[in-house]
Amino acid sequence: MSMPLVWIELIVAGLLVVSGLLVLVAAIGFVRLQDFFLRMHPPALAYTLGSWCVAIAAALYFSYLEGRLALHPLLIPVVLAITVPVTTVLLARVSLFRQRAADADRSVATTVQPRTVTDADRHSG
Amino acid sequence: MSTILSGAITFALACYALASILVVSRLVRGPRAQDRVFALDLLYLHAMLVVMVLGVRHRSDYYFEIALLIALFGFVSSAAMAKFILRGEVIE
Amino acid sequence: MSLWQRCLPAPLLSVVLLVLWLLLARSTSAGQIVLGLAISVIVPILTAKLMPQNVRIARAGLAIRYGIRVLGEVVLSNLAVARGVLGGAAQRPSAGFVSIPLDLRDPVGLTVLAMVTTIVPGTVWSEIAADRSTLLLHVWDIGEEREFVSRFKTHYEQPLREIFE
Repeated sequence: MSMPLVWIELIVAGLLVVSGLLVLVAAIGFVRLQDFFLRMHPPALAYTLGSWCVAIAAALYFSYLEGRLALHPLLIPVVLAITVPVTTVLLARVSLFRQRAADADRSVATTVQPRTVTDADRHSG
Repeated sequence: MSTILSGAITFALACYALASILVVSRLVRGPRAQDRVFALDLLYLHAMLVVMVLGVRHRSDYYFEIALLIALFGFVSSAAMAKFILRGEVIE
Repeated sequence: MSLWQRCLPAPLLSVVLLVLWLLLARSTSAGQIVLGLAISVIVPILTAKLMPQNVRIARAGLAIRYGIRVLGEVVLSNLAVARGVLGGAAQRPSAGFVSIPLDLRDPVGLTVLAMVTTIVPGTVWSEIAADRSTLLLHVWDIGEEREFVSRFKTHYEQPLREIFE
């Protein structure tokens, strides 16, 4: 009775440690990387394997404690797999869109500049 | 509960706390609105993971509902904010 | 439209709802099964008008194999990105945008492709052309660009075309 519990607890402990490390690496990458699009990659570690490990650990632990199959923690990765792409793609589009808007502003500024120069020329002339 | 499991739980919670501090630094630093929204989304994820690990620590199944709710609220708020900064720029 | 189709407009959705209900109720008692069956019949009928199109999976076996391959790919990509983050600037691989010509036109297939590319840490779905002909993808480690594009098309896109078209 106590022997399997030890094994289950060992597996659960290992999964939790892996998840903690992955979430930490994701946060380090998120803070250290310079470019926004480069920064979008590491958080996916926490969204995928980091949360899968916790969900599998919880499913294993509660299955053992309650003596029956407890698969409901696995719903969390399913929910994340459906919701995370929506926010991530939206934010990627936000970034692209704002970058383009800024570029457009800059190109407008450069096209405006010669005109002001010619205006100034006309005033001076 | 064995000392190994409780140690692993403490380690995981410490990792989440450290990761949250790092993400908050990105939230404060920015530099742009989309970085801040992404950081808030990550903080929601960390909160959800903390709740799930606490469920294992307290051997209570009912933390799962809280975790599910945090995941759903996090999705709704992040999607709304992302949509807002997309639209806000359009109107401007 | 046959009676069968009218009562079960989306059989796949019904199955998913039943499983979801039983998982959330955490029991498989007769009462919960009856409740779950009632919900899985009523909800698809009520929401039938909201569905832009019904999901048809042509090859179920291939879909399962595709899912397993994506899971493996996610784990490998996790390790690659973690190595890149911890390795510092010297070990950071070539990242950048890749535009990929798409042959997949089915909206459901494209949705699944968007999910898969976002879930895999090494790639982020960034934008798709309005006519669905080109996809802009941000990739963590491109390597050889032409090789990456052909690998993406055979590994990710081609199975989805076979599953959904």
